[in-house]
Amino acid sequence: MNNGDLKSELHPSDLARTATVGARTRPLRAALSALGIMIGIGAMVAVLGLSESSKSELLEQLEQLGTNLLTVQAGAGIGRGDAVLPEESVAMIERIGPVEATAYVSSVDANAYRTDLVPEAQTGGIAVRAAEPNLLETLGGTMAAGVFLDGATASYPAVVLGSVAADRLGIRSLENSPQIWLGGEWFAVIGILDGLTLHPDLDRSAIIGEIAADEFLDHDQAPTTVYVRTQPENVLSVANVLPATANPEFPDQIQVTRPTDTLEAAEAADDTLTALFLGLGAVALLVGGVGIANVMVISVLERRSEIGLRRALGATRRHITYQFLGEALLLAGVGGLAGVLLGSGVTAAWAAYQGWDTLVPLVAVVGGVVAALAIGAVAGLYPALRAARLSPTEALRG
Amino acid sequence: MNTVLALENVVKEYPLTPPVRALAGVDLTIEAGELLAVVGPSGSGKSTMLHIMGTLDRPTKGDVSVAGYRVSELSDAELSGLRSRHIGFVFQAFYLLTGYSALDNVADGLLYTGVPLDERRARASAALETVGLSHRLDHVATQLSGGERQRVAIARAIVGKPSIVLADEPTGNLDSTTSSGIVELFHELNRAGSTIVVVTHDPEISASLPRIIHLRDGLIESDRVRELSS
Ligand SMILES: Nc1ncnc2c1ncn2[C@@H]1O[C@H](COP(=O)(O)OP(=O)(O)OP(=O)(O)O)[C@@H](O)[C@H]1O
Ligand SMILES: [Mg+2]
Repeated sequence: MNNGDLKSELHPSDLARTATVGARTRPLRAALSALGIMIGIGAMVAVLGLSESSKSELLEQLEQLGTNLLTVQAGAGIGRGDAVLPEESVAMIERIGPVEATAYVSSVDANAYRTDLVPEAQTGGIAVRAAEPNLLETLGGTMAAGVFLDGATASYPAVVLGSVAADRLGIRSLENSPQIWLGGEWFAVIGILDGLTLHPDLDRSAIIGEIAADEFLDHDQAPTTVYVRTQPENVLSVANVLPATANPEFPDQIQVTRPTDTLEAAEAADDTLTALFLGLGAVALLVGGVGIANVMVISVLERRSEIGLRRALGATRRHITYQFLGEALLLAGVGGLAGVLLGSGVTAAWAAYQGWDTLVPLVAVVGGVVAALAIGAVAGLYPALRAARLSPTEALRG
Repeated sequence: MNTVLALENVVKEYPLTPPVRALAGVDLTIEAGELLAVVGPSGSGKSTMLHIMGTLDRPTKGDVSVAGYRVSELSDAELSGLRSRHIGFVFQAFYLLTGYSALDNVADGLLYTGVPLDERRARASAALETVGLSHRLDHVATQLSGGERQRVAIARAIVGKPSIVLADEPTGNLDSTTSSGIVELFHELNRAGSTIVVVTHDPEISASLPRIIHLRDGLIESDRVRELSS
């Protein structure tokens, strides 16, 4: 006899419909089990998105700051205060071929105060540094208000405030021509700097002209820090010769640093944090997977009579397997998609708050959904096979 | 005559220690267009026999043929296909999907036959009309009375125009008035050509059917065909 007409058929679209039965009859339970996956995937996507966004922000920042800036300082041991460089070091450094520009600052032995009523002995004033007008350009700094020192103002009792120093002194604008009490003289504030990402020491300083320091404060100090801009391709070779150039006698007392390195180091430290959070996300995902498996096992137990009915209506074991596997995939897939949206949303919100560009890597988006589906498949397989293994009569007995 | 279902010396043992012999050698032939009752004490093997007739279970010994197919020659997947096209089931507990409309529950009777959704629904609507529920198409199971639910389940069983309908205690969850309505529906369906087997405890129901099979201890004790007065 030809049994070819005895084929039980289930269209893929109908299979998809059967996979939604559980979610339709028990929506809350379905939502809760998808939630676990959503949190896991959301955490992972957010971590990847945030790390990627901050990395791209860093690259942009490095681009803007330039990685060709070196700072030269005399090794300042603990308790020794600001050590100074030899007088002639700046001139020597300028003679190095690939050096494009230099600027230096020196520590002035004075503090800056908002008024002259503060007792001399009181500490907590703002540190004062002397500089030349080319400092701003060499550092690539910008003004929040007013102007930087120039050839003329560098010899007047005029001062430019670092962003933090301005804040501490309570000077937020140049309206009303503010003055500060600096080393026993009144100095006119002519400018306020924007924050200098790589030079927090200058952010906290009041900067006056070298000549003014000499004239009004009897300042006679050698440079404490020299800033060196080099040709971008020769940064390392310049860094190598800088110690011997700055102090031929004691080159090992000279510290040469590349400020952008600290940013990159901070980012590298971020990578370990990223890995940690990714691990936590993976654990959450695993827990979510166990949750789905749990819900599916319960669902198979509760829906024995439905399984029996479907077998009576002509479902094969395979149809039953597909139905429950499909249901697990659906829960996990919806959870995964929601997680990707959540993670991207968190990334976008945080990036907007930080003023970054939002960057959610495609790998995270695709990987998130794929990982969720894989978890769903693993979580659903055993319950689905159990459902299919039930004999129709066993299932119908309830 | 056209034989729809035949059991030949069917034995069913459940492999316990000692083995439980639920059917001890049953011979039974059912012709197209019959309406028969299966009665007998609890544990006599009625459900077991119905499951074997419906190919939900295979006999330990003996032969079963349904709609011209010998069950022993078919794979499990082919038995599923046989059920989807040739056998309709009605159960005591209805087994409707909650949260789904009467129409979709009935349309599921054709789910595994490969008929597209639109046609399934169209045929489900016709089947619901046959059982007198054309005004309840969109009601979900929980919005229906017990008798209405069983009518939906019967519509689901007949929507594919099966060769035979097997009902296990279809009125077991219903009061007597509602039960008579269901029995009347079986008579109507039978007059329209359906072959129906009804397992029942209720002597009033069995007495109203043209053929009554008595089971006892897994054997057919009597098989009587009545001349109905009408
Ligand atoms: N899966 C099983 N395993 C072991 N024994 C079973 C199994 N199913 C049924 N039996 C036994 O087979 C016998 C017949 O059971 P069956 O369910 O067919 O009876 P029934 O006539 O339908 O009874 P009822 O009127 O109570 O529904 C009973 O003794 C029962 O205990
Ligand atoms: Mg029974």
